[in-house]
Formats: sequence, structure tokens, C-alpha cells
Amino acid sequence: MNFYLIYFLVAIAIFGFIATFSLVSVYAERKISAFIQDRLGPMEVGKYGWLQTAADILKLIQKEYIVPALADKVLFTIAPVIIFVAVYLGFVALPWAPSLVPASMNIGVFYVFAIISVEAVGILMAGWGSNNKYSLLGAVRSVAQMVSYEIPIGFVIISAVMISQSLDLQVINYNQGILATQEIKFLGFLNVNHIGGVLAWNVFKAPHLLVAYVIYFIASLAECNRAPFDLPEAESELIGGFHTEYTGLRFAFIFLAEYAMMFLVAMLGVTLFLGGWNTPLPNIGSLHLADYTTGTFWGIFWVMAKCLLVVAAQMWIRWTLPRLRVDQLMTLCWKVLTPLAFACLVVSGLWRLILLSA
Amino acid sequence: MIKEAFNGLRTAWKGLALTLKHFGAASESKKVKGINEANYFGQQAGIATVQYPHQKLPVPEVGRYQLDVVIDDCIVCDLCAKICPVDCIDIESIKATDVIGKTSDGSVKRLYAPKFDIDMAKCMYCGLCTTVCPTECIIMTAEYDKSVTHISDLNYKFASMTDAEAAQKRLELEQQLAERQAAKAAALKKMEEDK
Ligand code: SF4
Ligand code: SF4
Repeated sequence: MNFYLIYFLVAIAIFGFIATFSLVSVYAERKISAFIQDRLGPMEVGKYGWLQTAADILKLIQKEYIVPALADKVLFTIAPVIIFVAVYLGFVALPWAPSLVPASMNIGVFYVFAIISVEAVGILMAGWGSNNKYSLLGAVRSVAQMVSYEIPIGFVIISAVMISQSLDLQVINYNQGILATQEIKFLGFLNVNHIGGVLAWNVFKAPHLLVAYVIYFIASLAECNRAPFDLPEAESELIGGFHTEYTGLRFAFIFLAEYAMMFLVAMLGVTLFLGGWNTPLPNIGSLHLADYTTGTFWGIFWVMAKCLLVVAAQMWIRWTLPRLRVDQLMTLCWKVLTPLAFACLVVSGLWRLILLSA
Repeated sequence: MIKEAFNGLRTAWKGLALTLKHFGAASESKKVKGINEANYFGQQAGIATVQYPHQKLPVPEVGRYQLDVVIDDCIVCDLCAKICPVDCIDIESIKATDVIGKTSDGSVKRLYAPKFDIDMAKCMYCGLCTTVCPTECIIMTAEYDKSVTHISDLNYKFASMTDAEAAQKRLELEQQLAERQAAKAAALKKMEEDK
């Protein structure tokens, strides 16, 4: 019985986290965009407008559900649920601290990667079910984009997994810091098992993973339909794309999923490449900074700090770069990112074979 | 291809650096300054938002805003109504039986204005009425934000006479006219008799 209680508590905690994160990050996004454009952003609701997003969600909750007369009622109604649940379930496998992971899975990477793809199905259902040309165009673009970008993402994830030798996200995390169970070498030669810190992160264990991370970051922007890859939503051309017809709470869920997705891809990237919950501070001589800053609290702190930085970078990019054209989007994916990701994969293999086994 | 990719990264970074600069400069706001203050164009960095209506930009003195009429100075010459390109000024006049008084600049007032309406909903703020007015009693104020709940509220009424007063003035005028008529008739009659 207690068993189930914990399950529910974990589920509620994750949902609470997603909801809070979305509220805060919508506010942050509006402020960041405003500051980038020399504006002030929301200022009226609460001091500096900090209650703005809470007011927005209250408004959304009160709104009427409108189902277009010619929409496919079933698809239209369950699409937001699928979109949200797909992202929501993704959080299950992601570790927060040395002993804190909602569900420990030995195929965590694979699971997260697979569950993210389900979102594309939800988006297609939303676009198709709306029976609206803009929605359908948005959905078709979205699916084409997500399916294409999954290829470079897949390859760079594999190249990180090859270095870590595990599909369990928690094991990958452990092996990027002082709690490592394997031998870890900075740049492939210097043993840093007892130094830890930033030197033990995957991107520094094997420097080609730095390139891999950049590829991952770019492709993950496309995965969560953020500018400059926001063609599926493209307010200026498609009025919002697949979610044009949605109102009220249904729209809120799509919105929630979008922001949760930002955090999810940021967290997956941080876990795979940037040390996850490991501290960036190394042990220097008798100053055991890494030992001091490792633990449950510190784990959550570091993972949050890293993820929020990545999310801030996503916002920064959104408010800087213009949207790509469809053909440019595909060119970037197939002609630039995919070959580079392949190269990373090969280097990872060689790295493993030559440097680490030698 | 590699060159292109590098170029893409380089230009993307350029843009990102620019937005980062603006983000950094957002800790300061530009001062709310009028265009004719010194150093108006000197403020390049910082947040540009003017938090209207908490803050207001000073407006130039000679701008074209809401009209106002100092009705005591109006000699009801109707020039403003005639010049108005959109005919939004509506004036009625009643001749006075005698000189009413003087305006502040010394012009003699001989007409009453029971009705002096300006429909600001039609006005196009050309300012012609203010230039033709001989006593300069129709002016443009610095007031520019005016919102009303009904369009009829935009029809500004400047006349200060009540209907009763107007009726009385009309009556007086009629009496005077009648008296004059009678005097004229008497004078004519006298001329005939003299012949
Ligand atoms: S400003 Fe121009 S349009 Fe307006 S009342 Fe005067 S003359 Fe007419
Ligand atoms: S021009 Fe001036 S004085 Fe003449 S009617 Fe108009 S406001 Fe009165």
C-alpha cells in the first residue's frame, strides 16, 4: 500500500514541479525577451509583474472549451493529454541527486528518448483533429522536424553513452564525478576519480563530446519546437500551428508541455554531457570542494542550476535568431548535424577502443 | 559546406552577443525626457519603455491636442466654424440689444452664443480654427489622452448660456426689432405726411 502512496506522491511532486517551472519560466521568458528588446515586460500585476503568469493561468482555467464543429472530437480532445503526458513521463527517469531518482531504469536513456518521440504523435493528432489548414500544416511540419532531428540527437546520445558505457541515467551521472565506479580520465589520460568537479564531466572526459553537446543543443531546440525552429507554431505564418484551435485548459496543457519539454531536454543534455547532479567544483589539494558540494541537496541544486542556465540560453536564442525556412531546417539537419553526429559517434568508438582500453 | 557552417555559427554569435549586450544594459532605464531637452539623443542604452500613464513624456507647447474655448472671450464671429474643413464646430448666435461688454483683449462683444459645440470625434486637429480666431479664445491645450464611454461625450459644449437665458435674449431682440420697426414705420409715415 505504502508503495503506491509513494508512487502517487512522486507523480504529484513531478507535476507540481512542472507547473511551477512553467509559471516561473513563462515569466522569465517574458522578462528576458523584454530586456533583450529594451522593454520592461509585465509590470502591472504585482511588483514587477511577478504575479502576471498566475493571473494568466487563472484566466485560462476560466475559459470555455471550444471544439470546432468539424473537428474530429476524439482526436482533438485527447491530443493535449498525449502531448503533456509524453513529456511528463519523460521526467520519471531523470535523476536529481545521488540517491534521488523517481524511477531507476537500466535503459533510462532509451526510455526518455522514446517517450519524447510520442509527443510528435500528439502534435499530429492535434493538427489533424482540428480540421484546420493551419493546424494541419503546423502538425505536418512538426512531425517532419521532430522525426528528422531525432537522428542527430540519437547519434550524439549514443556517442555519450559509448563513453559512459551505460544506458542507466543514474550510472551515467555517477561516472561523471567523485562517486564514480569506473575509472574516469580527464581528456582520456589524467585520472580524476578523486578530483572530480568539472574535469570529470563527459564533455571533458572526451572533448569531442563538446561538439556532440552543441549538436544535441541545436537539435533539442528543434525537438521542443522553439525558435529558431518554431516552424510548427510560427505565429506569423500559421497563427500558432497545431494549437490554433485550442482554448482554456487544453491550451494550457499544450503550453505546459512546451515548457516542460524545454526543461526535459535541458536536463537530459545536462545528465548526459554536463555532469548531471555533479558539482563543477574539483577537489584541489586539501581543499575538498567536490566532497563538500556533493549530496542530495547539492545534487538538486546543481542540476537545477545547470538546467536553468540551459533553459535561459534557449530563451536567449529564441529572442535573437530569426526562424529558419523549411528547406534550411532540413539542410541543417541532414547535411550538417547528421554527418557531424556520425563523426562524433565514430570518434567515440575509437576513443573507447584506443585510449581507454590501452 | 564547412565554411558555410562556420559562417552560420559566427553570425549567430554576433546576433547573440548583441542581444546579450542589450540584456545587460537593461539594468538601467532611459530617463523620461522631452525631445527638446538637452542630451535627448545621448541616451542610447537602457530600457526605452515609458510607463504610461504612471510616467508621461513632456509634450511640446505648440502641439495639436484637445481644443478648448474661453467662451467669455468669444465674440461669436463664426470664423472658426467657417474655416473648419470638417465642419465640426456648430455655433448659434443671437444679436444682443446693446453692447454686451468687452473681451480681455478689448474687442467689443455684440453677440450671444447659446450654442457652441465642437465635435472632437470629427475634428482632425488641423488647428485652422485657432489661427483665424480674432480674439484667440479658441486654443489647443496640452491635454492629449481623452477617452470617453460614449461617442456623444466627444461633442464638447462650450456655451455658458442656459436655454431660459437664450429665450429671454431672443425675446429682447424681437422686442427691440419690433420697436425699431415701429419707429421706422412712424418715421416713414411722417415723411409722407410732410410731403
Ligand atoms: S482643429 Fe481643424 S478640424 Fe478641428 S475644429 Fe479646428 S478647424 Fe475644425
Ligand atoms: S473665431 Fe474665435 S471669436 Fe470667432 S466664433 Fe470662433 S471662437 Fe469665437
